[in-house]
Formats: sequence, C-alpha cells, structure tokens
Amino acid sequence: MEDVKEMTADKVVAKEKKEVKKIMVICARGTLEDVYAALIMANGALAEGKEAKMFFTFFGLDAITKKKADHLHTATVGNPAFMRGLPTMIGGLPGFEALASSMMKKEMDKLDIPPITEFFEMIEAGGGEIFACKLAADMFHLKKEDFIPEVKDIITVRQMYELAEGEGTHMVFI
Amino acid sequence: METLTINNAAIKVNEEGYFTDPSQWNEDIAIEMAKQQNIDLSGKHFEVLHFLRNKYAEDVPLTIRKVGKSGIVDIKEFYKLFPGGPLKISSKIAGIPKPVSCV
Repeated sequence: MEDVKEMTADKVVAKEKKEVKKIMVICARGTLEDVYAALIMANGALAEGKEAKMFFTFFGLDAITKKKADHLHTATVGNPAFMRGLPTMIGGLPGFEALASSMMKKEMDKLDIPPITEFFEMIEAGGGEIFACKLAADMFHLKKEDFIPEVKDIITVRQMYELAEGEGTHMVFI
Repeated sequence: METLTINNAAIKVNEEGYFTDPSQWNEDIAIEMAKQQNIDLSGKHFEVLHFLRNKYAEDVPLTIRKVGKSGIVDIKEFYKLFPGGPLKISSKIAGIPKPVSCV
C-alpha cells in the first residue's frame, strides 16, 4: 500500500496546471436558479478575461425567449430544498410560485444581480456569445424573432462543438 | 506582502500585485501600473479609476454592472478600456483591493 500512495502523490505533483481559456455553458433548464447559475458562470468567465459561449436548449430556451425571459420561476413543488417543511399542497397554491420567485428576484437585486435580460446584455457587451439549439427551437416552433436580440444564431449540435473547439475549453451542462 | 518600486516609491502590494494601502496611490503611479498591463491611460481611464476609488472609499462593493451604470462608460467600453478582465485590472491600477463579487 505504501508504494501505491507514493506513486499517486508523484502523479499529482507532476500534473501541470492548465489555464481555463474558454467556457461553453449549455443550459437545458428554464427555472430561475438554473438560468442564473448559467449566466453567472458565463459572465464570471468574461470578467476573468476568458472567452464565454452559451448554448440554450429545451426548457433553457425560455431564458432567451422575449416573452418569457424576465418571468422565469423557481419551482415551489417538487423542490425539497425550497422552504424545508413547507407542505407540498401549500407550494402548489395558485400564485405561490410567482410570489416566491418575485421574492427571490428582490433578494438578488440587493446583491446587484441583474434581471435576466439585462444579464444577457452584459454578457454580450463583455464579448460573450449566445446561441439557441436548432432542434429545440424547431420543436417549440420558435424563430429568431422570438428570441432576445442578444441571441446570435440558431445552431446545430455540430456547430456548437465547433464553437467549443480549442485548447483550454471547459463545457458546463446545466 | 511584497514591495513594488514605482517612480522611486515603495508600494506595498499583496501576492497578486494589488495595493494593500490605497493611500499610496497617485495618478503617476497609475500610469506606470497601466503600462505593465499594456494600457495607455486616457482621461476616460482616469474617470473610471477615480470612480472605483471613490466607491471603495464609501465601502460600496464593486461590480462590473455598477461601473456600467456609473455614467462614465457602458459595459462594452469598460471591457475595451481594460481588456482581459476589466474590473480586476482596473482595480489593480486604481490601487484598491481585488473585488470579491461574483457578478
């Protein structure tokens, strides 16, 4: 066992630290917290001087759809981390989810976290690029004009991988 | 803690090169600091640097969004003025600690 430990330690030391140069964030979810996680990671990469690209698919398309982007909700039912002890039936009352979501947005505003559409403007201004998934857009009957203006293009998976090309790219799936 | 010699002044900086004593800062030192980042400071740069220093003095947590709403530059211009991580680079040149915010 002694030998194994030494070998492992050597390998760890020998490993070269490589810089993260590009972040490709894939977001397939349309809940408030998931979309914010995607935006904060992409924006954070730009703020650190890294490249950032975003690819939205399935319910993630809500985040870049004009009519829905600033009205995303957090789930109050089926989300055990939300207000522990809250009976599921209360979480399901009409308007409860909207209330909880607007309260969360207020708290975020205090921390200078921008609303979704403004966040996309910031990311674009910082040189980030935003894309929609063609297959999902076709499935939900969404066209370029349905999306916020920061959406650069509707692309296929092949094109998405092309955008991720290069040394030092990390892909994050949400 | 390390010491950086700029214009014959001994500047106290941390291991990442950020000032530990913002009162040691002046515009001439900023010009030299910026040169190391390959930036030639213009009037706009200085407006941003003074904005950052004032906000820091007021204990306001700094974010890129705040600079974008300062009325001095928008976010796009801010990225152009300080390429490669605008807030961290401008804070370094402004002689204030590295901002800790995630937004």
